[in-house]
Amino acid sequence: MTSRSAGEPLVRLSGVNKWFGELHVLQDIDLSIDRGEVVVVIGPSGSGKSTLCRTINRLEPIQQGEIAIDGERLPEEGKQLARLRADVGMVFQSFNLFAHKTVLENVTLGPVKVRRQSKGEAERRARELLDRVGVGAQAEKVPAQLSGGQQQRVAIARALAMDPKVMLFDEPTSALDPEMINEVLDVMTTLARDGMTMVVVTHEMGFARRAANRVVFMDAGRIVESADPETFFTRPASDRAKDFLSKILTH
Amino acid sequence: MDAVTENLDDYVSGFLTSLSIILWSLVGSLVLGMLIAACRVSPVPPLQRFGAFWVTTFRNTPLSVVLFFCAFGLPELGVIRSFFFFGVLGLVLYTSAFVCEAVRSGINSVSAGQAEAARSIGLNFTQSLRFVVLPQALRTVVPPLGSVIIAMFKNSAVVGAFGVGGDLWSTGLTLTSARGYETLPVFIGVALGFLLITLPAGALLHVIERKVAIAR
Ligand SMILES: Nc1ncnc2c1ncn2[C@@H]1O[C@H](COP(=O)(O)OP(=O)(O)O)[C@@H](O)[C@H]1O
Ligand SMILES: [Mg+2]
Repeated sequence: MTSRSAGEPLVRLSGVNKWFGELHVLQDIDLSIDRGEVVVVIGPSGSGKSTLCRTINRLEPIQQGEIAIDGERLPEEGKQLARLRADVGMVFQSFNLFAHKTVLENVTLGPVKVRRQSKGEAERRARELLDRVGVGAQAEKVPAQLSGGQQQRVAIARALAMDPKVMLFDEPTSALDPEMINEVLDVMTTLARDGMTMVVVTHEMGFARRAANRVVFMDAGRIVESADPETFFTRPASDRAKDFLSKILTH
Repeated sequence: MDAVTENLDDYVSGFLTSLSIILWSLVGSLVLGMLIAACRVSPVPPLQRFGAFWVTTFRNTPLSVVLFFCAFGLPELGVIRSFFFFGVLGLVLYTSAFVCEAVRSGINSVSAGQAEAARSIGLNFTQSLRFVVLPQALRTVVPPLGSVIIAMFKNSAVVGAFGVGGDLWSTGLTLTSARGYETLPVFIGVALGFLLITLPAGALLHVIERKVAIAR
């Protein structure tokens, strides 16, 4: 299949523009992400990082430009969009586990209803994934009984259960107590090592240095800078990035 | 209470007719109300507008006018059915608007993140509603929906007054006007008949409310 040719980036945004009313929240975004690449998106609050993330699985529609995943242009609403979203995992800042379902049911819902797997098969795989992220013992509990760190790891397992081509993380550790941040970052680091293609909005520089191939710096709706982590954190090119880094490094 | 005991057969058959108006209207208005609510929360603007129009129309039109339109307007347009059918239809149309709004407020009480997570694993709109949003919405929906349903039970008496005939209300009318019984005891009997429906229904709703509250 031509769409899977090695040269084609897995995610490609070209000339993307988006407005919220008057607010031009994404401005001329061009971004290509290769298979297996881990891209960390960093930038001041309100710069459009979440919006960028959410346009990639079209939780937010765009007004101009084009987004393609694995060579396939994002469709409008409807069946094809749902199918495409199944291939794009998303992990939210606030976890968003299904509150009325057990941990196990959270992970099996997608595989059973979307991928049409049998319940037994989906459960076997779900337990495997829950073990992998270290919450296998919590499978029968409901989300409210879990700590934030555990909930976020379940959310990662839920996304992984769909065998996504790419995973989006929108500040996955920002809602967590400090002592729980690392258990989530460790899972993400392993995932990155195992070759998952990832877009991660985070200010965790340790993670960026450890796991990212590239850091993308956003400000006021634009991608201002794009570099490997070492270069970005030690020798940022733009004044805006320098200014931003000096602020987050001093606290 | 001679009026009641002497005419028990009429009361029983009136009771059964009222019960059947109520049950048909219950099923009809719940199904229709949920469909309209689905329209209102759908991502499709024409459906949203249709849902809003529906609710505005039927919530702001007196039940008697809706019934009048169904029972006398539709036949003029060539729709020929029984009074029973038109009566139930009118009550269903009217009640569906209230069911829709109760269900919609329940849906809105479920955080947007739940629906986003559902969509992000590839569930389509209907599946997100069915497997994620509605089960959670139902918990907050039961009490207001209960009030809507009890009100509908009582409104079924108005349907009787529109010539369905044979229900509790018209039984009362026949007994007082045609057979000359005194109004008070006859309509105490009618009221008892309705209480026989609404009280158990209220108790049932209470049980359901407690069940879903525990399941939280
Ligand atoms: N649904 C929305 N409606 C209107 N404005 C929004 C909406 N979501 C985000 N915004 C605005 O868009 C800008 C970018 O938001 P966001 O992408 O969340 O930034 P970040 O994640 O970098 O903090 C902010 O000014 C925010 O207030
Ligand atoms: Mg954000």
